[in-house]
Amino acid sequence: MNRPGAARELPLAGAHPPPRAPAVAGPLRTRRRRWNPARIGVYAFLLGAALFFLLPLYVMIVTSLKPMDEIRQGGIFALPHALTFEPWRQAWSGVCTGAACEGIRSGFRNSVAIAIPSTILPILLGAINGYALSFWRPRGAELLFGILLAGAFVPVQVMIYPLVRVLALAGIFGSLPAIVLVHVVFGLPLMTLLFRNYYRNVPQELFHAARIDGGGFWRIFFQVMLPMSLPIVVVAAIMQVTGVWNDYILGLVFAGRDNLPMTVQLNNVINTTTGTRLYNVNMAATILTALLPLALYFVSGRWFVRGIAAGAVKG
Amino acid sequence: MATLRPRSRLAPWLAPRIALLPMALVALAGYVGAAGWTLWISLTGSRTFPSGAFIGLAQYQRLFDNERWMLSLHNLAVYGVLFVLACVLIGSLLAVCIDQDVRGEGALRTVFLYPYAMSFVATGLVWQWLLTPGDGIDGAVRALGFTQFRMDWIVSQDKAIVAVVLATVWQASGLVMALVLAGLRGIDGEIWKAARLDGIPAWRVYLQIVAPMLWPTFATVLLLLATAVAKLYDAVVAMTQGGPGIASEVPAKFIMDHLFLRSNVGLASAGAVVLLLPVLALLAPYAYARSRRGAA
Amino acid sequence: MANVTLRSLNIALGGKPIIRDLDLHVEPGEFLVLLGPSGCGKSTLLHSIAGLVDTASGAIEIGGRDMTGADPSERGIGMVFQSYALYPTMTVEDNMSFGLRIAGMPKAEIRRRVRETAGMLQLDALLARKPGQLSGGQRQRVAIGRALVRQARVLLFDEPLSNLDAKLRAELRRELKLLHHRLGSTMIYVTHDQVEAMTLASRIVVMRGGEVQQTGSPLEVYERPANRFVAGFLGAPAMGFVEGALDAAGVFRAEGLLLRPAPGCMMDVAARPALLGVRAEHVRLLGAGEADAAAPMHGTVALVEPMGSHQVVWIRCGGASLAALVHDPAAAAALAPGQPLRFAIDAARVSLFDPASGARL
Repeated sequence: MNRPGAARELPLAGAHPPPRAPAVAGPLRTRRRRWNPARIGVYAFLLGAALFFLLPLYVMIVTSLKPMDEIRQGGIFALPHALTFEPWRQAWSGVCTGAACEGIRSGFRNSVAIAIPSTILPILLGAINGYALSFWRPRGAELLFGILLAGAFVPVQVMIYPLVRVLALAGIFGSLPAIVLVHVVFGLPLMTLLFRNYYRNVPQELFHAARIDGGGFWRIFFQVMLPMSLPIVVVAAIMQVTGVWNDYILGLVFAGRDNLPMTVQLNNVINTTTGTRLYNVNMAATILTALLPLALYFVSGRWFVRGIAAGAVKG
Repeated sequence: MATLRPRSRLAPWLAPRIALLPMALVALAGYVGAAGWTLWISLTGSRTFPSGAFIGLAQYQRLFDNERWMLSLHNLAVYGVLFVLACVLIGSLLAVCIDQDVRGEGALRTVFLYPYAMSFVATGLVWQWLLTPGDGIDGAVRALGFTQFRMDWIVSQDKAIVAVVLATVWQASGLVMALVLAGLRGIDGEIWKAARLDGIPAWRVYLQIVAPMLWPTFATVLLLLATAVAKLYDAVVAMTQGGPGIASEVPAKFIMDHLFLRSNVGLASAGAVVLLLPVLALLAPYAYARSRRGAA
Repeated sequence: MANVTLRSLNIALGGKPIIRDLDLHVEPGEFLVLLGPSGCGKSTLLHSIAGLVDTASGAIEIGGRDMTGADPSERGIGMVFQSYALYPTMTVEDNMSFGLRIAGMPKAEIRRRVRETAGMLQLDALLARKPGQLSGGQRQRVAIGRALVRQARVLLFDEPLSNLDAKLRAELRRELKLLHHRLGSTMIYVTHDQVEAMTLASRIVVMRGGEVQQTGSPLEVYERPANRFVAGFLGAPAMGFVEGALDAAGVFRAEGLLLRPAPGCMMDVAARPALLGVRAEHVRLLGAGEADAAAPMHGTVALVEPMGSHQVVWIRCGGASLAALVHDPAAAAALAPGQPLRFAIDAARVSLFDPASGARL
């Protein structure tokens, strides 16, 4: 990431006034920086923080590779002596999630089945919304969008029970269509925001040229705007897939027993087991559940950050 | 240029309105309508199913007589203050440090932000394991020789909620860092040169010049964090299940439990309305600012 | 080609009136230039002719038919934008044929027209490329091609050359003029650049603050500006102004300057305060031994600007600042700042304005 302007040197800490003139904001020196105590402090803090952030990941992985006797002996930070992948196998195909004991692979399948339509539909609708809001601007649309956006901040508990009743009345409560519909309802604000901000940066002149050429609403959308939208579609897809995959509460309430996503099954496995807790299996299951979004993140980090920035910069 | 509003043809007028119908439905029926219905239920004597019996504010009275609810509010307040403070502090410090033209910036950012890619459930479960008394961190530290060390927050009545703070701060600080860093990068580089000419030390520039310039960023950060506080549910369920006992109960969990487990829809709805109020209070200035800007 | 008529047009944006009660008639085949500074409303006016901006009241007729409420695609117009506005994911050929495809024209006819227009604009080799692979000048040609391929009766140009560098701008300007000769279409062109206006227009409409200041041929607007604003807007270096007064005999007096303007320069002779406008090409420096029939005027050299083909000498005369063009490099080199000199003004080519209203006397 290019950055204009000067780099700064932190001055010495105020408690020990330096014998020379106080350090001031320095010029940009390419990679040959002075090693003063402040700079060492910066690196120390960053490295310490990095350790804090990486610790749980390390423990998660390490625990999942140990046999239970090793874990019982203690030493959560120790590397495994007798490395084993048995906990992983058990987590994937052996653990009991409620009634069945087939592992969380069924959860994986369910999460995939939920995630695909719950990503495609909100993206499509969000793109149409963003397009209509940026170029056509019917009266009252901005107000509706404001309400939509406000809804994204409201805790879902405020809306959840009426949604349950409506879906039950419609006869689809506790099914795949229900959970997908709910994800559309709650995914629309962010998706619309992303596309609206993106289309705001497309010059109006392009839209005008297409209107002069005779393009109508749908033709301009599908033939001019959507083809131009690949970057934001990627960002939106990453954000939506991550959000849907990591969702717990909506899956818990709306998916129904046969479609429980991985997060729900994971919690069932770990927190509702009677008898001895198999920490290694638990950690393996946790890794398996977190694997997809983490992999997505590590592969596409830049797009992820772009998505956060695009979503957080409102209008 | 002004918006295009062709008057003589129906299609260009109708098409965008039809296209925006889903958004209208979601906003009006899905959000406003559902919230309104919840409000209505909270004014009735509903138990397992909504009933039509209007009882005024009685549910709210029962709510505030409910020990579990009051504890959940207290927990949320404690959690909220600690969580927001810690996230803002840590996130901002990380952003400032990274902004010092350090090596390995890409790797560092990746490390600080990856927890945000994990679900709350996974985060809660990992930290539950880490904070397990005996087997977790405190066991390892004791094994190092600090035999007096205790880290039993997760089973303590007062500290359970702090354990949740720890886990969620771990997850969310990276996001704050990303947002503050983006804000810092947007600061005109010339400001630094001018400050240098004036002989102002860097820490002063950050605190007295840059930080005030970043108030929109901080406003956004605060809004995101505050609403996340109100929504706290998954992490508590995964990490402590509200326990020990009800020590780490939070309003969202209270509501969910009463909706689906304890079959007291009226009480739960009242709780939901109460939870909604601070969120609305936070959103109001935002909406006002947006409408003022939008009118220009 | 078609004519365009605007009647009592009122346009407001966001509640603010931009165009007030405007009447304009464009003859078929004219090259009309809307000239004015930023914010004068010229772009808004053009967009309203295109149908991209609503009018508050008034009528727009194109080719004799009322198009006030018509869709942009039905007005028989083509438009070229400042930022080219090419569809980035389509090839040049697709860009140019997009409108025709929507209109349902047979493929063979579309191909023929596109090829013909591409040939006219030297785009044949670029038909398969995407806009991202083209230079600025090529993109602008494609934008022009897209407008031409519709065989529109009226072509609209919204500052099409502003995004190009100076050399390219001059080149495309000439091509546009040649295009106009060749096609004879009615063209309405918006610009803030008076050089473009002068070279391209068959008629110029000078605008300011949403109102027309003057319409006329380039020569008319240049030689006989209707008010001080138009006088100062056209011509480089800008017209010099001297504040003074006319006496009953029609002699203009100002500090350090005395002149008897020719009778054609003002409407009637009366004693009144006046503003004298003099163009640099009508100021002549007098050599040392040169006598002059009319009373020569005195001033000092303020600055000399070499322009290559000529030099601009800035003269300080009393309280006023006047420019003079000098074509002899040796003579200009001999001048130093502060040096006194004598100069003469062509009394037949000056303009006189009322100092308060700015209107031409």
